[in-house]
Amino acid sequence: MQAEVSDVTRRIPGRDGAPPPPLAGEVKTARGQISRMLGAASLLTLALAAAPAHAFIAYVSNEKSNTVTVIDTDSWTVTKTIKVGQRPRGIDFTRDGKFVMVAVGDDDTIQVIDAKTQSVVDSLPSGPDPELFAQDAAGKILYVANENDNTVTVIDLEKRSRLGDIQVGVEPEGMTISPDGKTLINTSETTNMAHFIDTSSRQIVANVLVDARPRFAEFKHDASEVWVSSEIGGTVSVIDPKKHEVIGKVTFEIPGLRKEAIQPVGIGMTKDDKTAFVALGPANRIAVVDVASRKVTKYLLVGQRVWHMAFTPDEKYLLTTNGVSNDVSVIDVAAQKVIKTIQVGELPWGITIAP
Amino acid sequence: MSSITTRDASRGFSFAEYMTCLTGIVWREGLRFLHQRERFVSALVRPLVWLFIFAAGFRQVLGISIIPPYETYILYEVYIAPGLMAMIQLFNGMQSSLSMVYDREMGNMRTLLVSPLPRGFLLFCKLLAGTAVSLLQVYAFLLIAWFWDITPPSSGYLTVLPALILSGLMLGSLGMLISSGIKQLENFAGVMNFVIFPMFFASSALYPLWRVQEGSPYLYYLCEANPFTHAVELIRFALYGQINWISLAVVASCTIVFMIGAIWAYDPSRGLARRGPAGGEG
Repeated sequence: MQAEVSDVTRRIPGRDGAPPPPLAGEVKTARGQISRMLGAASLLTLALAAAPAHAFIAYVSNEKSNTVTVIDTDSWTVTKTIKVGQRPRGIDFTRDGKFVMVAVGDDDTIQVIDAKTQSVVDSLPSGPDPELFAQDAAGKILYVANENDNTVTVIDLEKRSRLGDIQVGVEPEGMTISPDGKTLINTSETTNMAHFIDTSSRQIVANVLVDARPRFAEFKHDASEVWVSSEIGGTVSVIDPKKHEVIGKVTFEIPGLRKEAIQPVGIGMTKDDKTAFVALGPANRIAVVDVASRKVTKYLLVGQRVWHMAFTPDEKYLLTTNGVSNDVSVIDVAAQKVIKTIQVGELPWGITIAP
Repeated sequence: MSSITTRDASRGFSFAEYMTCLTGIVWREGLRFLHQRERFVSALVRPLVWLFIFAAGFRQVLGISIIPPYETYILYEVYIAPGLMAMIQLFNGMQSSLSMVYDREMGNMRTLLVSPLPRGFLLFCKLLAGTAVSLLQVYAFLLIAWFWDITPPSSGYLTVLPALILSGLMLGSLGMLISSGIKQLENFAGVMNFVIFPMFFASSALYPLWRVQEGSPYLYYLCEANPFTHAVELIRFALYGQINWISLAVVASCTIVFMIGAIWAYDPSRGLARRGPAGGEG
């Protein structure tokens, strides 16, 4: 680039064919330097301008088309579609960012996708019909909710072997681990409970009754509260993880929508624990909740039947999976605005973004 | 004024003289608008009634398909906002043409028409004045809409301006063309029934055309042929920093046709403005 610029300037004085006079030569060199500097400056500006636009890669599991869609968060385009097993749902990156794990329920396993080659390279031994899973902070142990046999399977991620099972309620789904890694929370959809499991003894230490059909659990980053969404109950229960009791509830109301259409599922909480986003399923909206007051401040219209979501690591964007309209909506977190919707595979379910 | 009228018209007029005429007409229209506060209020209330009441009932109608220029699902009030902006301009265009009828009845128009400047230029100034007034109304509406969570990208407020000027000119010149045929103020009700309502309802202002097509293909073709549809789409795209070329072409050519038509119609020797034998060839 720089060479080209100075080449051009060098050629200009010699256009008439005559050798340039010494003075002109000096001018030329000065000009060359200036243009070189300008060239370097513009390159620098370009580099600086390009720097903040950090591209992340999002992986979306499509429950019906048995694929995982790869989205580039810079251009907001689908870059690849990976064929996986039957009925992919829960999806998450390994802590080192090298692999993507996806629970393929109808194949009774968890498949491992290499993030580099973007192809399935291995599988993990879960129980029958794995749906959602959580891993400890170190990324060594994986806890898998097996929807069909009322158990949570414990897997050693390094050895990729099964360590054991924990009996929980009927239709386990939501999974989350406390920031200190000591408590695992599993929600069972039919028992309507959040089970508090001690990760060292792998025993249930408490059961907390919540509203009907709990689908998802999320810890606050400061570990002071656990939020559990109830799909049929239409609420999010706020649980004190020490006392094991419900200390509050988030309720939703959207003018012009039937109460039954409001079915909370996925929850995303910002790192500062100030704002929570709750996916409201067939209400086609994401509720923005002020965590402190537990009040909804805004509803954002996304695609149909929105269930799960994931933040980009810089927390600039939140991506949601809209099952019925087969797309992913992008929310500008700071502006609290939906900026784009991208078509993916059929019945998108889960989403994870490379750390 | 008299110095202008007495001198040799064949010499032509200077740019400054044209500008004097333009500012005079725009100023008068602005004053008229400011003095008619009810007109400003009603110009705002009309679209706001649609936005707050009509759109509230139809909120759930959309949100099932993404149509350009939108990149995601939108609420109904976001959809109809450009249509309501165009509606403001439609009413304003018809209202300023109504004012021409009024001016003619009251004799004010004579003052305007004795000006030696070309008739076409006078009419064009009148159009510009009407468009300027409609811009004030539209931006006031956008300000209120912003509080109603209709928040297009901030650059959109600027990019929509050329679209608004062009659509304002088109609707204004259409109004002028129509007004040339109206002899009495009372006939304006007919304009409402036969021009404003059909133009507004048979357009993409209230519902996307793919929806209309599902209901009736014939109505769809009618909507497609309606210049008002293209004014709405031009505004809609411009509000999101995009250009709808087809709409731009339609609106631009309609503006030219209507304007030529209006100038022709207001020519005392030819047009529709000719009244009886006395007003004829003078």
